[in-house]
Amino acid sequence: MKHLLLSTALIMAANAAFANTTEVTVGLQLEPPHLDPTSAAAGAIDQVLYSNVFEGLTRFGPDGSVNAGLAESWDISEDGLTYTFKLRSGVTFHDGTSFGSEDVVFSLDRARAEDSTNAQKALFAGIESVEAVDATTVKVTLKSPQGNFLFNMAWGDAVIVAEESIADIKSNPVGTGAFRFGDWKQGDSITLTRNADYWGDAAALESATFKFISEPTAAFAAMMAEDIDAFYSYPAPENLAQFEADPRFTVLAGNTEGETILAINNKMEPFNDVRVRKAVSMAIDRQAIIDGAMFGYGTPIGSHFAPHHPDYIDLTGNAPFDPEAAKALLAEAGYPDGFTTTLKLPPPSYARRGGEIIAAQLRAIGVETEISNLEWAQWLEQAFRGYDYGLTIVSHTEPMDIGIYARAEYYFQYDNADFQALIDKLSVETDPAMRSDLLKQAQTTISEDYVNGYLFQLALTSVVNAKLNGFWKDAPTQAVDLTAVSWSE
Amino acid sequence: MLPYLIKRLGSLIVSLLVASLVIFACIEVVPGDPASFMLGINAQPDTVDALREELGLNQTIAQRYMSWITGLLTGDMGTSYTYRSPVSDIVADRLQVSLPLALYALALTVLVAFPVGVLAAARRGSATDLSVMGVTQLGIAVPNFWFAILMVIVFAINLGWFSAGGFPGWDAGFFAGLKALTLPAVALALPQASILARVMRSSLLDTLSEDYIRSARAKGLTKRQVMWRHALRNAMIPVLTIIGLQFSFLLAGAIIIENVFFLPGLGRLVFQAITQRDLIVVESVVMLLVFAVILVNFLVDLAYAWVDPRLRARS
Repeated sequence: MKHLLLSTALIMAANAAFANTTEVTVGLQLEPPHLDPTSAAAGAIDQVLYSNVFEGLTRFGPDGSVNAGLAESWDISEDGLTYTFKLRSGVTFHDGTSFGSEDVVFSLDRARAEDSTNAQKALFAGIESVEAVDATTVKVTLKSPQGNFLFNMAWGDAVIVAEESIADIKSNPVGTGAFRFGDWKQGDSITLTRNADYWGDAAALESATFKFISEPTAAFAAMMAEDIDAFYSYPAPENLAQFEADPRFTVLAGNTEGETILAINNKMEPFNDVRVRKAVSMAIDRQAIIDGAMFGYGTPIGSHFAPHHPDYIDLTGNAPFDPEAAKALLAEAGYPDGFTTTLKLPPPSYARRGGEIIAAQLRAIGVETEISNLEWAQWLEQAFRGYDYGLTIVSHTEPMDIGIYARAEYYFQYDNADFQALIDKLSVETDPAMRSDLLKQAQTTISEDYVNGYLFQLALTSVVNAKLNGFWKDAPTQAVDLTAVSWSE
Repeated sequence: MLPYLIKRLGSLIVSLLVASLVIFACIEVVPGDPASFMLGINAQPDTVDALREELGLNQTIAQRYMSWITGLLTGDMGTSYTYRSPVSDIVADRLQVSLPLALYALALTVLVAFPVGVLAAARRGSATDLSVMGVTQLGIAVPNFWFAILMVIVFAINLGWFSAGGFPGWDAGFFAGLKALTLPAVALALPQASILARVMRSSLLDTLSEDYIRSARAKGLTKRQVMWRHALRNAMIPVLTIIGLQFSFLLAGAIIIENVFFLPGLGRLVFQAITQRDLIVVESVVMLLVFAVILVNFLVDLAYAWVDPRLRARS
């Protein structure tokens, strides 16, 4: 009897292990509102669909490099104005219709149309025209040369969609990727299944389920009970030490494109005085915030630029933590007794936890803050569109977004004609060495203007089953690319 | 009976109309724009405007109220701003979790509270009664989300008998679905059962001290006969009221428990919809819940008439 039980248990265990080698369940904090990556900013849409279901002309690799996607190669004209993309042949959409140049024309025209609801419409603003030369060749003409056009085309907002299936894209996305959309149990999970007709290397996994768990305790329980195999961007950093100590799990600590800043309303008094902004920046002890709010995960930054980028320069020295010097600067600017301002905090924990610490650090130089906790929708209305804030904390998660400092109407209201000219020059510059130089100048300019308090680069901490391989450590874009994920025995 | 019914129905309709106005007004004044929320902080103003137009947000408030209310009357709850699918479909999906969960929790509540309440009343002052009073006091005092987390640690993480949460869907089988709802239902039922048992006990005690009970005993009926035939039925009115309230509460108030067990129920839908400013979903779900509460009250009123013939006669 005991034998029988034991062997049954063994068979069951073997079955369980077998079932596990082709399936994966990934936990995500947020559920996508719908499944169209080309008409919403929600990161959750890309997390589920980017590269798995939808592909663009180019695509991001795990290290942030821009690789060939649906375009296998491209030619750039001498003047930098014309990109001729050679598309892969034999590619089909998941509904069986074939992929070709018409789909590229449709997708790009749709994204830049008058009534487009693309959240990153600016990516397409430089396009003059898109033409299908033949079935597998597309010619994109730009209004002016654009240094990061191939980079822009790798974004989730620039994926290729088909006109035939566009009507239902929000509930039934049809792409060209290694996984096809399976099922969406709203409020619970989305399942993808392997695309047997994929043009590239087939995925090792037969199916993948994304489960949506926003509550940190629930995420902990689901991981511990092994209901889920991996949690992308695990919501409770306080548990990470426990997972690290547990041989069943691996904690992946990687980079994101999220520059976390103490945004300053540059047009509001007293912040319109650069000495005040500098004082605020120097009052901040970045490491204390990283340790206190992020449990040690995060890299200090001194400008609005990702430290893992090759053109990054370390400018943290522009605003070293020095409360005495900060006080002197305030006195010099006419505020020897400090002042009172508002600190508006959106929901993420980096803002809520970080905000408390920053408030205490600012108090040390005499700056009192009235903290208010806001929901995102309120934050967008008050701080972002209404400019009704003194200070706020936000992580800017879009890759390479230093260009927002050239938008004078942007919520921190930094209006510097020199900087705007710099960005204009950068956007038409295609020579890598020149671009690198301009990017460094841009970083330095905003750092020395103390536009915002630059805090840290947001870390991505994922908890993954120790037997799972190929899970992205970094987040060059908000993607959970499962095409290379597999189980080891 | 008929005039009583008509009167009740009339108040039901007026309550619904007033509720629809209040809900709409309250939700429309909440700051925050669904289109900006969806498009995030890199979107250009003209894109946000294009989306507002597409969502019908550029209409006046009165226009939107009229189209919402006329839609509701024909069973059309509109289209969700964020999910972009019909609200009625979304709600129907969520009800497949919330309704069974509420019924399951209510069944547990009644199954536990009735015998416990009757037992405590029948043995008033005994050790049984005292321990029932003690345990139910604790049941009310313990926050149910904490109790839920405790159960997850014991039954999901340590013993591995249940999953830590989630819902496989009814197509995974009836028992798989029921199993997934068991821990949440127990967590929801604990405080409710405690409340109901105490109400049951005190209501029975009140009834047992009535004159007609003494008369019945004097006629020679046993304690047990009196309890089942006379006391219990008369003690039911407050108990039914509480059950009605509890059902509405369980249907609408499981938000926290749904979050702890990441169940795709109505509570979580409303919670998400509020943060995303998916106003039409919030309005329609709240309206639906109001309707459910009013309907349950109406049914409870009918049940009163059934257990208490005097109510029928009076009208």
